[in-house]
Amino acid sequence: MDWVLIAEQTLNGVQLGILLFLLAAGLTLTFGIMDFVNLAHGTMYMMGAFFGATVMLATKSYLLGIAAGVAGSMLLGCLVERVALRSLYERNHLDQVLATFGLILFFNELAQVIWPTDGLTVPFPTWLGGTVMLPLGIEYSKFRLAIIGAGLLVALGLWLLVTKTRLGMLIRAGASNRQMAGALGVNIPLLFTIVFGVGAGLAGLAGMLITPILGATAGMGEVIIIQTFVVIVIGGIGSVRGAFIAAIITGLIIGLGRSFLDVLLLTFLSPNAAESAGPALSSMLIYIFMAVVLFFKPQGLFPPKSG
Amino acid sequence: MRTAKKLSQISKVLLPAVALSFVGVTVAQADKVKIGFVTTLSTPAAVIGNDMRDAVNLAVKHLGGKAGDVEFEVVFGDDEFNPQKGKQATERLIKQDKVDIMSGYIWSHVLLASSKTVLDAGKILISANAGPSPLAGKNCNKNFFNISWQNDQTPMAMGEVLNKKGVKSLYIMAPNYAAGKNMVAGVERTFKGEIVGKDMTKWPDQIDWSAEMSKAKAANPDGVFIFYPGKHGGAFMKQYAESGLGGKVPLYTVFTVDSIGLPKFQSANMEAVLGSTMTQFWAPDLDNAANKKFVDGFKAEYGKYPSFYAAQSYDAINYIASAIKAVGGDMSKTDDLRAALEAADFASVRGDFKMGPNHFPIQNFYSREVVKDADGVWTTSIRDVVLANHQDTYAAECNM
Amino acid sequence: MKQLMSAKGIFAISVVLLCALVPLISAALDNTYWPGVFMRAMIWAIAAISLNLILGYGGMVSFGHALFLGVGGYAVGILAYYEIDSGWIHLFAVLGSCAIIGLIVGAVSLRTRGVYFIMITMALSQMMYYLIISIDEYGSDDGLVIYNRSDFGLSFFSLDNPNTLYYTIFFCMLGALWLCARIVGSRFGNVIRGAASNETRMQAMGFPTYRYRLTCFVISGLICGLAGMLSANVESFISPDALHWTKSGELIFMVVLGGMATLFGPVAGALVFWLLSEFLPQLPEINGFRLGEHWHLIFGPFLLLVIIFFRRGIASLFEREGARP
Repeated sequence: MDWVLIAEQTLNGVQLGILLFLLAAGLTLTFGIMDFVNLAHGTMYMMGAFFGATVMLATKSYLLGIAAGVAGSMLLGCLVERVALRSLYERNHLDQVLATFGLILFFNELAQVIWPTDGLTVPFPTWLGGTVMLPLGIEYSKFRLAIIGAGLLVALGLWLLVTKTRLGMLIRAGASNRQMAGALGVNIPLLFTIVFGVGAGLAGLAGMLITPILGATAGMGEVIIIQTFVVIVIGGIGSVRGAFIAAIITGLIIGLGRSFLDVLLLTFLSPNAAESAGPALSSMLIYIFMAVVLFFKPQGLFPPKSG
Repeated sequence: MRTAKKLSQISKVLLPAVALSFVGVTVAQADKVKIGFVTTLSTPAAVIGNDMRDAVNLAVKHLGGKAGDVEFEVVFGDDEFNPQKGKQATERLIKQDKVDIMSGYIWSHVLLASSKTVLDAGKILISANAGPSPLAGKNCNKNFFNISWQNDQTPMAMGEVLNKKGVKSLYIMAPNYAAGKNMVAGVERTFKGEIVGKDMTKWPDQIDWSAEMSKAKAANPDGVFIFYPGKHGGAFMKQYAESGLGGKVPLYTVFTVDSIGLPKFQSANMEAVLGSTMTQFWAPDLDNAANKKFVDGFKAEYGKYPSFYAAQSYDAINYIASAIKAVGGDMSKTDDLRAALEAADFASVRGDFKMGPNHFPIQNFYSREVVKDADGVWTTSIRDVVLANHQDTYAAECNM
Repeated sequence: MKQLMSAKGIFAISVVLLCALVPLISAALDNTYWPGVFMRAMIWAIAAISLNLILGYGGMVSFGHALFLGVGGYAVGILAYYEIDSGWIHLFAVLGSCAIIGLIVGAVSLRTRGVYFIMITMALSQMMYYLIISIDEYGSDDGLVIYNRSDFGLSFFSLDNPNTLYYTIFFCMLGALWLCARIVGSRFGNVIRGAASNETRMQAMGFPTYRYRLTCFVISGLICGLAGMLSANVESFISPDALHWTKSGELIFMVVLGGMATLFGPVAGALVFWLLSEFLPQLPEINGFRLGEHWHLIFGPFLLLVIIFFRRGIASLFEREGARP
């Protein structure tokens, strides 16, 4: 086995995992606290990418782009919550899924009307271009490394927010028992809007972080949102810690599966069959993993009530 | 009473809608010859479809809407980048708009799903882009023509270029759908060195190739061959530059770098793209009168270079017009129409070419390079003839 | 009879009559396009009826029901690929594969509740989606072209005849409606509905609700698989796209739009859904803005508004005020 390749693929997996975590954190909170299924969370990721890319193209600054992506999607998230989603909190999950599915269709189309049909492409920031040599002869993209670093910082900040601040206490209270928290005088509607806005902002951050690599395109949210749902179900709905661990595991499964599964398949399939089966089967792995987790722990790895 | 009232309210809404659907259909002119053209007009892939539509409209304008003395018009259908929707759009054009002949089709899988509908209706189908191997070989049909190329040909030319450049080991990446598989088969057919790795990626979902690029880097090949059409091409080129492969391992592409992507590469300062090599049956600076008229007209009308998709679509309309003219507008003469199409007597933007016995063109394939034009705009420029008068390999399997 | 004469009954009968007359009307107007639209709408209506059985009456929110459409379609497609064209074998394969897969999926997912049920049904259908993509032999992403339709070997009955195909689908839809009505009205149906509203109570009454629900899930899968088989015959084509999660979402929307837990709701929902997706893309260009190509701008908010304000669907238009089921 080529250890440099394995190390590099692990980094790739972690980078994907970090991205999934940024999305999953917001989703698991809205889900856990408000009991609200938001399929349109991926839309905030997309809109963050578009807002950020627009500002970056105008100002030539990646950091301003990130700020615009986070602020833009946060505002949009609060707006959507106030206008459309508020009336759906009392409804069942089915209604929420369908209504937010409608939002996805709308925003995907809107993005194609406002911006070019095939989206926006932004250059890599010059200070993060190229590769860097890591120990053991691993040459890795500076930019992807920066994503990992930024994601870890946000994870740390989120952990501090949830465990050390008053807002975090309210969030935890809301996640484990909403009625009780409300009865104790917590301003639930305000808490909901804040949590929704923070979640949308995190999704926007993820969107703009990845935009130099993938570009901003309509529909970019749908592919990743399903994986994000798998992450929060594995992690335990409402648990930020669970989301983090599940996101990294999921990222590694996808990344390593895509790199080594076809090698494994080659032992019993023809090269051509193995080449086309590999990527599809590695996409399947995360669903299998989720089914196994749910079989043994029906509430996910870290149900919030137990900690 | 109340129920009756409600019922009448509903019928007020529903009935006219249904009635309209039937009536709206009958209001159609019958005197013009109608060409149906299915392409992708929604979803991000519409960037290709819009370019094709622009070229079709330009061709109609250049012809003055007439094939000889016969007036004709083009009716567009949107495949929404989905085989089933493409088939429905095809059905609408044939059964409702009653078009006389069908053209368009970017995607191999959309074409495969739709072709039965057209051919069962006894109409002639002229693909303006997709050229999947079954339709060139064992499932060829006397009423199916292709005015672009068979999928394998362009990568076969690329294989020859690689041999000439002395590339000994090659890593291949392509999307896992009909065209992607054909492209890989094509390059494998002519490339004489060793293929050290191959990845077929999920289409169109996968837009991050970090894992595949790491594998390619570990394999340390002399070159990487890819096929990623449309918006995927841009994302791939950027990631390649940042992966540690850019500048070290040369990238060889087919149908990936074109005038659709180049303005974006230029605005993102991706200098690495300049000078990169690809193969193609056409380039904007290919020297012939028809091409000059087309490229100048396209730039004047739309302010940008036409893509190869546009060139094929422009050719498709001129090609069909030549056949309409030959039968004097009587589209029921299918045999005469077919004979005219087989003769392919029109001024193509690619210069001279012949229609082969399996109804795929026999034509030249060139190497092209990305250059700056006189105004500093990035475009592609023709270099050498790689395959002269080339016929696809599936023609032998075709039994019409 | 009394039921049939209600507004609901009249509406249902007129919709059925419209479906029955479409081939005649379109032949009179020399337009053979519309039967195709209605065939697809009726096939989706059958699928929606089957979903309504578990979702509307049984309270099982399956977000992976398109799985059975795909399995039914691929059962036909794969057999046709090996040039086995017998309709009877097709039918047997469709029902057999859907029964087995329905049993497995149901057995696994019915152990979970609520949002976990939504997620696991979606996950299992996505697994099948990727499994089919991974098999190069059967076209992977491209799908399969089906060159010959199911052949039942009867001289007077050939699905290659457009009218025969049309009325086969039409009567299958009526059959699905009848079957659904019978199931819902039976003792079995009462248990299913009871378990949806209060499972503990049903269990206390001594009903093994898990087995009842599983049976219902499998029956629903069988009906939906049949819709998949019909679809494969109409399209002469099947691709993995047929079982993508967005298709399951569309199916749920049809049921909700028509009215959950109403017999005729899914049919109305499917028809309206298809007519909308037929007409909206035909919207004209306004000031150079091609509205038709951006029809999701209208469709998305429509979906949202239906959920917020029109929760009980088309069926609720025909209920007297105050009378709620």
